[in-house]
Amino acid sequence: MLRIENLSAWYGEAQVLREVSLDVAAGEVVTLVGRNGAGKSTLLRCVMGLHAGQRGTVELDGRNVGKLPAHRRARLGLGWVPDDRGSYATLSVTENLTLPPAVGPDPWPLARVYEAFPALYDRRDSAATMLSGGEQQMLALARVLRMGARLLLCDEPTEGLSPLLVQQVGELLREAKRHGVTVLLVEQNLHFATGVADRHYLLAEGRVAEAMDNSEVRSRERELLSYLGI
Amino acid sequence: MTGFLQNTFNGLVSGAFYALLALGLAVIFGMLRVVNFAHGAFYMLGAFGAYVLLTEAGVPFWAALVIMPVGLALLGMALERAFVHRLTRLDPLYNFLLTFGLTLILQDLVKLRYGVQSSPYETPSALNGSVDFGLFDFPTYRVFILGFAVAVCVGVWWVLTRTRVGMVVRACTERPELTRAFGIDVGRWVTPVFGFGIGLAGLAGVLAAPMRAVNPLMGADLIIVVFAVVVIGGLGSIFGSVAAGFGIGLVQAWGEAYLSDFPIISQTIVFIVMAVVLLWRPAGLFGREEAPA
Repeated sequence: MLRIENLSAWYGEAQVLREVSLDVAAGEVVTLVGRNGAGKSTLLRCVMGLHAGQRGTVELDGRNVGKLPAHRRARLGLGWVPDDRGSYATLSVTENLTLPPAVGPDPWPLARVYEAFPALYDRRDSAATMLSGGEQQMLALARVLRMGARLLLCDEPTEGLSPLLVQQVGELLREAKRHGVTVLLVEQNLHFATGVADRHYLLAEGRVAEAMDNSEVRSRERELLSYLGI
Repeated sequence: MTGFLQNTFNGLVSGAFYALLALGLAVIFGMLRVVNFAHGAFYMLGAFGAYVLLTEAGVPFWAALVIMPVGLALLGMALERAFVHRLTRLDPLYNFLLTFGLTLILQDLVKLRYGVQSSPYETPSALNGSVDFGLFDFPTYRVFILGFAVAVCVGVWWVLTRTRVGMVVRACTERPELTRAFGIDVGRWVTPVFGFGIGLAGLAGVLAAPMRAVNPLMGADLIIVVFAVVVIGGLGSIFGSVAAGFGIGLVQAWGEAYLSDFPIISQTIVFIVMAVVLLWRPAGLFGREEAPA
């Protein structure tokens, strides 16, 4: 579904990605782990088309999307879940949900979203930034499900959430996967990552250092945690 | 009491012009992050256009009220495509140079053809006379301006808060990059929003023609106060610009009426209010502190 080849990216003079190659098959959940500054978020921004200084290939369903602007990529089925949750202060919860057009074959109707997220329904007319951090994270995920996005790009969706909410995010991602949605996830929480994902890429200094499966991450958890500095 | 009500009414009428102009500046700034110093020139073109249409083609006020805003909106859209959109990638200094340069060009083109003398524009016959409010009479035309401006402001507010178009404009204004990631072509919305803001300036100009002296510098005199209004309301805040527009109209009218013994204060009261507001709330009354980009 997603194929990245020799992707390099810069912030000004500083190179943050160095010839990264990876691929994500349809229906897979894949995480990017790595220290802060390893280039994980930049990689997601490059896939979404939000990062200007980049070179290399980004293919979606075999089509090179490297030259497409972000809004065209979104319409091909990319769902953006940014690290700051992307809540609009000037839009109500309902408006936050209905802002993006439906882009995939299976967009959730608003009623289904509210059935799955009763807390959002209760606050549907509030400004989205008035929600709690956990509710805003749910809103960000609900929004891309409502779009019917086929490939979710999630930047640390569990950051700062209580264990209960982390569990809910996990269930949501597993449910999305059951419906055939593909997920590329930046994640520091290894326990969470092995719970939802099929495979993992370890990024270090802008390169893919290792590709691992769940059992490998579990058996090396201690080593990886100390490497990640957590 | 009667005098106070009359001053209040006059203040609201001046405020209506400030509100229409500030509203246009606010939507333009919100969407493009461009401060349009040429806004006063488009106001002047609205009034001058109405005058020229009437004197040279016999086109009545009511037709001008439609033709000028639409025509200027189209001109604004052309200028946005040709010049203004280039500003987003440049130092803000160029914003000032371009829009101020446009002002001088537009003003001088009008001066070249029509000179600097003020031209009279007759009040449309249907709006002659005055309305009896019991305690005082008030010119019908001014009542019309007030009602019309309030209706336009309410209409714009309704579109912005209650329609899908308004929702997209709010999203583009608040977080353009994020909005692109949600499949919305932000660039496509910029040109019509700029045109719309310019159209509002043109509309205010047509409304001003029968009431104020029509001359090439009428916009330059007004726009300084309008910028104070925009700053007081909070740069980019739609509601703030309208509320501050009417508020400043009132403050000015009351200042002129009751502080006439202290001309230094009554003539600068708008800027005194601006200074106080900025000390108290640096982002303006209804503005949000902008996160560094």
